[in-house]
Amino acid sequence: MMSNMERLAYMADQIARNFETQDADTAVHATAEHIRSFWDPRMKERMFAALDGSGADPAPALGPVARAAFALLREQRRPPPEQARAPGAG
Amino acid sequence: MAWIGELDLGTPAPAIVTEKMVALTIDGLETRVPEGTSIMRAAALMGTSIPRLCASDNLESFGSCRLCLVEIDGRGGYPASCTTPVAEGMVVRTQTAKLASLRRGVMELYISDHPLDCLTCAANGDCELQDMAGAVGLRDVRYGYDGATNMGQPKDESNPYFTFDPSKCIVCSRCVRACEEVQGTFALTIQGRGFGSKVAASQDEDFLTSECVSCGACVQACPTATLTEKSVIGIGTPDRAIVTTCAYCGVGCTFRAEMRGEELVRMVPWKEGKANHGHSCVKGRFAWGYANHRDRILSPMIRERVDQPWREVSWEEALTHTAGEFRRIQAKYGTRSIGGITSSRCTNEETFLVQKLVRQGFGNNNVDTCARVCHSPTGYGLKTTFGTSAGTQDFDSVMHADVIMVIGANPTDGHPVFGSRMKRRLRQGAKLIVVDPRRIDLVRTPHVAADHHLPLRPGTNVAVLTAMAHVIVTEGLADEAFIRERCDWDEYQDWAAFVSHPDRSPEAIEKLTGVPAADLRAAARLYATGGNGAIYYGLGVTEHSQGSSTVMAIANLAMATGNIGREGVGVNPLRGQNNVQGSCDMGSFPHEYSGYRHVSDEATRKLFEQDWGVSLDPEPGLRIPNMLDAATDGEFKGLFIQGEDILQSDPNTHHVAAGLAAMECVVVQDLFLNETANYAHVFLPGSTFLEKDGTFTNAERRIQLVRKVMSPKNGYADWEIVQLLANAMGLGWAYTHPSQIMDEIARLTPTFAGVSFEALDRLGSLQWPANEAAPEGTPTMHIDHFVRGKGKFVVTDYIATDEKTGPRFPLLLTTGRILSQYNVGAQTRRTANTAWHPEDLLEIHPADAEDRGICEGDWVALRSRAGETTLRAKVTGRVAPGVVYTTFHHPGTQANVITTDYSDWATNCPEYKVTAVQVSPSNGPSEWQEDYEAQARRSRRIAGHTLEAAE
Repeated sequence: MMSNMERLAYMADQIARNFETQDADTAVHATAEHIRSFWDPRMKERMFAALDGSGADPAPALGPVARAAFALLREQRRPPPEQARAPGAG
Repeated sequence: MAWIGELDLGTPAPAIVTEKMVALTIDGLETRVPEGTSIMRAAALMGTSIPRLCASDNLESFGSCRLCLVEIDGRGGYPASCTTPVAEGMVVRTQTAKLASLRRGVMELYISDHPLDCLTCAANGDCELQDMAGAVGLRDVRYGYDGATNMGQPKDESNPYFTFDPSKCIVCSRCVRACEEVQGTFALTIQGRGFGSKVAASQDEDFLTSECVSCGACVQACPTATLTEKSVIGIGTPDRAIVTTCAYCGVGCTFRAEMRGEELVRMVPWKEGKANHGHSCVKGRFAWGYANHRDRILSPMIRERVDQPWREVSWEEALTHTAGEFRRIQAKYGTRSIGGITSSRCTNEETFLVQKLVRQGFGNNNVDTCARVCHSPTGYGLKTTFGTSAGTQDFDSVMHADVIMVIGANPTDGHPVFGSRMKRRLRQGAKLIVVDPRRIDLVRTPHVAADHHLPLRPGTNVAVLTAMAHVIVTEGLADEAFIRERCDWDEYQDWAAFVSHPDRSPEAIEKLTGVPAADLRAAARLYATGGNGAIYYGLGVTEHSQGSSTVMAIANLAMATGNIGREGVGVNPLRGQNNVQGSCDMGSFPHEYSGYRHVSDEATRKLFEQDWGVSLDPEPGLRIPNMLDAATDGEFKGLFIQGEDILQSDPNTHHVAAGLAAMECVVVQDLFLNETANYAHVFLPGSTFLEKDGTFTNAERRIQLVRKVMSPKNGYADWEIVQLLANAMGLGWAYTHPSQIMDEIARLTPTFAGVSFEALDRLGSLQWPANEAAPEGTPTMHIDHFVRGKGKFVVTDYIATDEKTGPRFPLLLTTGRILSQYNVGAQTRRTANTAWHPEDLLEIHPADAEDRGICEGDWVALRSRAGETTLRAKVTGRVAPGVVYTTFHHPGTQANVITTDYSDWATNCPEYKVTAVQVSPSNGPSEWQEDYEAQARRSRRIAGHTLEAAE
C-alpha cells in the first residue's frame, strides 16, 4: 500500500490524467483549480515542501501537468495558514 | 384494514386521465366524478360504502366476491359496482331488498366455512369479514357452520414477521393481486378450483422458502386474519397512528406508525406517501425491532484507552470530558487536528448541527459524510454538467419513461419499492437496458425481461458509455435542436469529435469490455430513439476510480439525446441511505456549506459568519480518507462520528484501523457498539428515527417529516446530544425543537428558503428547490434551462484503473447489496431479517469454481493485494467467468480488508467495485478474522455487565 506522501502524489497525477484530453495549459489550470477547491491546506503545504525539498518527504515523482499545477498554486496562494489559531469560542 | 380512518375507495383512480367529468345519481344524491371512475369509487368519494370484500384501492378491480352488486336503472341484472364504470346520467341504487338478500346469500356461503373464533382472533375489530357480516345483516347461515374444506388447516409461521392461517382465507385473491400488481414478485397464486381453491406461495411451499420477499403487501391487503403481522397477534390492535419516514434506504417510504400508547404495534405504508404510494419492503415495514434490541446502548460510556473495558458515566461527565479533550488536542496539535463525520441516517437538522459544530465550534472545515464512499461522484459530476448535485426527476417520472437504462444499480434489492414501480412500468411495455457485470434480478423477472443486458467487465464503465455516445453521434441520433438551445454548441462539438473517434467505437472496445458490439449499438440506438429515455444509476457507477467521469458520461448521453427537463426522462442517481441526499445538502462536505456553496465563496461565508457570530475557515477541510492519512501522520487526533461505521464500511480496513488507533479522542454516537467503537474513547448512545422529530431527504430531493412516536430510550434525541456537546464547548446553542434548526437552514440556504415544518405538514413533502420561485417544490429540474445555465458536455476519456488483474490475482471482485440486510447491517442484523441472509456469500461462476475445486457452500479464501478474508462460496451463473461478487452486511466477513485504496480521481470515492482477487479453498475463517473477532469482543466489554454475544 502507498505511504501518505505517495498517495498525495498519486492523487495529483490521477487528477491530471483525467484532464489530459484538454490542451496542456487548460489541463494545468483545471488540475490546479481542482486541488485548490478540494485539498486541505496541510496537504497542499506538504506537497509544496516536498517539491522544493524543504519538507521531510523526498521529492515525489510527479507528472509534468501536476507539477505545473502546484507551481501555479504556489504563485496564487494566500499566506500560509496559522497553525496555532485560538479555537473558536462560539 | 381500514379501521383507523384511512379511507379505502375500493378501486384505483382511473388509469387514463381525461378532463371529462361524469354526472350520475347514487341513492338519490347527485355527484360528479372523473371519467373512468368505478361506481364503487364514486360512491366511496361521496361517503357511501358499498359492501365489498375483494376490492381495495391499490389493486385493479376483480369482481369475484359478488358483494358490491348494485341496481342500475335501465340495465338488467345486478352488476358489480367495482367493475362497472360510471356513465353520464346513470341512476344507481346501492341498497334494495333484492341486493340485501343477494349479499346475505354471499355472506352465508363465506361463513359456512370459516372459523367462528372472532373474540380471540387477531383480526377482531380489524376484520372486513366481520364488518361485511354486520353490514349485510347476516343472522343465520342455512348451511350450518361446519365447513368441510377450509377449517383446521395448519398455520404457516415460517416468515419471522407474519403468519399465514389458511383456515381463515376467503380466497378473495387480494394477496395474490397485491404480490403481482404492487410488488411485482408474483410469488402467490390460487391453486385448485371451487371449494378446493387455496392460496399457495410459489410451488405450495412455506412463505420463507418461497419466492416471497416479505414486503407485506399481501398482509396489508388481506381482509381477514389469514395474513396477519405477528406483532398484532402478540400485542393487539393499535389505537392511534403517526405518519413518519423510514430510516433505511433512499426511497424514503412514509409509514403510519400504528401505536398503542408508546408501543409500536406495526408500520403500515402511508397511501399518501409520494415516494412509495402505500407500498414498502421487508425492512421498512417489519425490521424496526432493533430499537429494542438488547445490544442497544442506553448510557454514555468513556474509557482512557481502547484496550480497557467501557465505564458507564453520566451525560454531563461524558460531554465535559469530550469537550475538554477536543480543546486540549487543538491546543496541542492545532485547530485543524480534529473533525467530525455526519451521519446519512440522521435527520437534516442533526447533520446541519454537526457541521455547524465543526465549523463554528472546532473552527475548521474537517467535516465529511458517508456520501464520500457512495455518491460523492454524483455530487461532482452533476454539479459540473448540470449545476446541481442531485437527481433530476421524482420517482413517479418512471411511469412516463419509454426506455429505462439501469447502470450499476440493482433496484429490486437496493431500492425495492422503487424497483416495484419500475417493474410495473416495464410490464406496461417500456423497454429495459441493463448495464451490469452481473445478471441482476431485473434482467429476467416475472413478466419483465431486459431488452439488452450489457455484462461489462468491472472498471470499463466509461469505455462503454463513450461507445454509446459514439453510436449516437456517428449515426446521427443526437437531438441537435435540444443541444443548440440548452447546451454550449462548441463544447458539444469538441465532445462529439472526441467520441466519434474510431478507437471509441463499440467494435474497438469489445475485447476490453466484454460487451458484444452489436448489443451495445442496439442499446444505444434504443436509448436515443425509443422515446422518453431515463437513466437510473447506482454505486456500480460511482464506486470506481473514474466514478465522477462515468456520472458525467451519463449526463452527456442525456443531454445529447434531449432526455432532460420533462417527465419520463432524466438522470436519476439511486441514492442509498435514507438521508444521504440530505446530509450532502446540509453542507457535510469539507469544501461546501449547505446548498453546495464552496467555502471559499466570500458572500456565502459572510452569511454564515454573521448568523453564527464567528469567523470561518475559507480553506477546504479533510475528507475521511485524508483524515485517516493525517492521523497516521500524527496531525489529526480527534474525531466525532455520528451514526457511521467507517471501520466496517470504508475500504482498506487495515488503514482505517491504523488511523483510528493513532487518534487520541474518538467519539462515537450510535445505537450500538459498532466496529468503529472498537477504537473509541467516548460512546454517546443515540436515538432511533422513532424517537425524534426532524426531516429526511430522499433520492428525489423530497424532504419529508420524521415524527417522534416514542420517548428516546437513551434519554435524548440525537440533535439534543449534539447541542449538549456544543454547549459543553461554549457555543451557547438554544434550540428547543428541530423546526427551529430547519428555520435556520432555510434562512441560510436559498434552495431551502421555503422549507419549514409547517409547510411540510401542510403539503406532505417538498422537493427542493423550494423557495419563492417554487413554493411547492420542484419535481422535475432543468425544465427550461439548466441550473448552471447551459448544460456542459465534458470529455471523459477512458483511463483503465490501476487495479490490474494478473497471474497472482486473476479475478475481479465486485460488491453489492441484498434486499433483507441493509448496508453494514447494524440495524438489520439486530432484527429477524437474519432469517434470510445470515452470512455474506461469494458468488463465483461454475467454470472458475471448478478450476479451483470449489463446491457450493465451501469455505474459500478471498485474497487481494490489500489483505485476505474467508467466506462461503455460492456457485452461480449470475456472474460472468472472471468476476466474483459478494455483499458486505456482516462485520465477520471483513470484506473491506480486501478492497484497495484506489479511489475516484475527483472525490476519493473508493473503488469498491473493482478489486483484483484470487479465490482458493480454505479451512475456515482467516487469522485476521479471528484476531479481529477477539479484539472486537474485548473492546465491547462494559464494566459491570456480563459478557454477551455480539448479536
